[in-house]
Amino acid sequence: MSVGEGILFWVLAPIMIVGAMGLLFAKKAVHAALAMAIVMVGLGVTYFGQEAPFLGGVQIFVYTGAVMMLFVFVIMLVGVDSADSLIETIKGQRVVAALLGLGTAALLIGVISQVTLGAPRGLGEVSGSGNVSAIAAEIFGGYVWAFEVTGALLITAALGAMVLAHRERLVPRPTQRELSVKRIREGAVKAPLPAPGVFARNNAVDVPALLPDGTPSELSISRVLTARGQVTSASDRFDETRSVDAELRSPLGEVTAGDTPAGVTPAGDSLTDETSTDETSTDETVTDETVTDGTAAADRTDREADREGEQA
Amino acid sequence: MRHLAENPAADFSQDTIWVVLGKALFVFVFLLVATILAIWGERRIVARMQSRPGPNRTGPFGLFQSVADGVKLLLKEDIIPKASDRIVFFGAPVVSAITCFLAFTVIPFGPAAKIPFTNITTPLQMTDLPVAVLFVLAVAAVGVYGIVLGGWSSGSTYPLLGGLRSSAQVISYEIAMGLALISVFLYAGSMSTSSIVAAQASGGRATLFGTTVDLPSWYALQLPVAFVIYCIAMVGETNRAPFDLPEAEGELVGGFHTEYSGAKFMMFFLAEYINLLTVSGIATTLFLGGWRAPWPLSAIGDGVLNTGWWPMLWFILKVFCFFFVFVWLRGTLPRLRYDQFMRFGWKFLIPAGLVWIMAVSFIRALRTQQVTDGQRYLLLAGLVVVLGIAFTGYLLQGRAEEQADEARRLVYGPELDPFEGGYPVPPMPGQTVRRSAGPVLAGRATVPARDVEAEATSDDEEVHGG
Repeated sequence: MSVGEGILFWVLAPIMIVGAMGLLFAKKAVHAALAMAIVMVGLGVTYFGQEAPFLGGVQIFVYTGAVMMLFVFVIMLVGVDSADSLIETIKGQRVVAALLGLGTAALLIGVISQVTLGAPRGLGEVSGSGNVSAIAAEIFGGYVWAFEVTGALLITAALGAMVLAHRERLVPRPTQRELSVKRIREGAVKAPLPAPGVFARNNAVDVPALLPDGTPSELSISRVLTARGQVTSASDRFDETRSVDAELRSPLGEVTAGDTPAGVTPAGDSLTDETSTDETSTDETVTDETVTDGTAAADRTDREADREGEQA
Repeated sequence: MRHLAENPAADFSQDTIWVVLGKALFVFVFLLVATILAIWGERRIVARMQSRPGPNRTGPFGLFQSVADGVKLLLKEDIIPKASDRIVFFGAPVVSAITCFLAFTVIPFGPAAKIPFTNITTPLQMTDLPVAVLFVLAVAAVGVYGIVLGGWSSGSTYPLLGGLRSSAQVISYEIAMGLALISVFLYAGSMSTSSIVAAQASGGRATLFGTTVDLPSWYALQLPVAFVIYCIAMVGETNRAPFDLPEAEGELVGGFHTEYSGAKFMMFFLAEYINLLTVSGIATTLFLGGWRAPWPLSAIGDGVLNTGWWPMLWFILKVFCFFFVFVWLRGTLPRLRYDQFMRFGWKFLIPAGLVWIMAVSFIRALRTQQVTDGQRYLLLAGLVVVLGIAFTGYLLQGRAEEQADEARRLVYGPELDPFEGGYPVPPMPGQTVRRSAGPVLAGRATVPARDVEAEATSDDEEVHGG
């Protein structure tokens, strides 16, 4: 082992071991997959250090880049936060697994401790004309049968997966043209759907757009949000706007009962407080607040009733 | 065993540690400056194509716009969403930004040149490996993790979709890209970048009608199909328009980087542009003769423009030509639909690449193996016979299917109720589907079958709908 190789090993080995431990102990599946990817990249770099650049390149390109990426892809597709369930499905499974693991460990330690290694010849010497052509000669010369059989196995597996995932269509798939014709002919809405959001400060997907007459447009809200009951009624926002409007009109807090701010947010409250205490008498503020609160509560019940009406 | 010139042609034996460090610094600074220029250039060119001025306030011709943007991004608030996975959220842009710099370490800027004020002669390339191109592919594969993990760790829907799209896209187009590169490896006999450039020094000579003609040496002309496949795949690999589905702003807001802001967003942005330069550099090296002067210039003064520091100029010019094409594509083509894009990759590009490799290796074997004329004609005859059998088989199969359809139609009747007895029944080949009462589902009992299917599909497209 040369000095450079030694440094490389002592830098990489701890990282790879931490990665391997992470694979075992990570709670989230994506973290485990990441730890595995780190181990694979480390292995690839180690191969580079051991004069096997082709193996190192392929290790990173194929295993980290394609195989591990597919794993990550599937994990992400299945569920972002799905964690493994810790319930034993087969009784006594863990005991058997632990016993077998211990047995394997004992076997491996027993065998590896008895190995005697000859003096290394160096891959450079073995390769001769070049690392890539030497590997090619081995794969397509001595091991061509094993190579072909492995290839056949992989193709069979891929075909099998495709057969299992295949679904016979009951009716021909409608083309984009057919869909557009159908949409124009039968659809209620010919133009693109209206965008959600009403005002600059409430430009969110859960706020329905308002039609010219002030009623909310249900078309502008995703069905999913409606089903989950996560739609904010436009009137909520309307009230908020009215409160801001009122503040703007009378910054001194002289709010009459007629156009009281309803559904006032805490921020709005404190704002009113500040302006009031600064420039007006305390008594006025107190009365104002009580009035405000009372109307706001009434308004809130109104809105809840509204919402129930909408849902029904 | 026959010796293959698979090892690098460049000689790095004179490089001291200081030379290597200097080259590393040069590559780093070159990529940063090139990125700043590229972003400015892209904005100006696209603006020109869209009949508007583009950035023109900051510095002469708006040249410092990217610098100003960079400073702004660095000083911006760095928002970390509450639902995000903090470690991965931080690590993802770092992975992207680190890997994008690595690929340029093996791309040659020029041949051996003397460093001014010293006696050291060194190749204008940081390092080279017998498997340099494989190394670039491997680094690019690791770089994708940045995008995928950035999308996942944001803890939000649009970035997740962007990340998923990106991983599917890169895996698919990496295959086509690898297939395109294989024919270059076959011709050059090496995967080392300096050897591939050396192999494009001359394309040999041929005698046509009594005059000797120099054949084209660039692999873009010798291997045109591989070049076209690579060019398409590199646009897909870098997530650029018209293949920019992972960050399709119309459907996914910003794709994988929706939740990123400030310096982290800048790292993703930097990585995207450096990846553009990397694939352009690979395309230049592998298909456009690398740092070699283009044809009429290469003839001047017995190739004096291919020595010293001149080649760096040609290399950079070629890279920016590719970059211009990227911008041109963005200004011209609309984005593809996702299924069209994937179908194109898997059902056209990859089969085309496979057929091309078969053809190239066949021709290559004919030229390099010791084949007599008689054997050569036999081989060609065999090829014709195989193609003929395949074609007649294709025709016969079509006719056999038609006959089988006809027979089935007689037995089963021409029409079929797809929900006979309340259970879905697949049609036999040749049978047409009758509009039936549809599946007996709650509230759907009267919807015709065809409409159910059509509605299911149109729902997918109108996720937004109410």
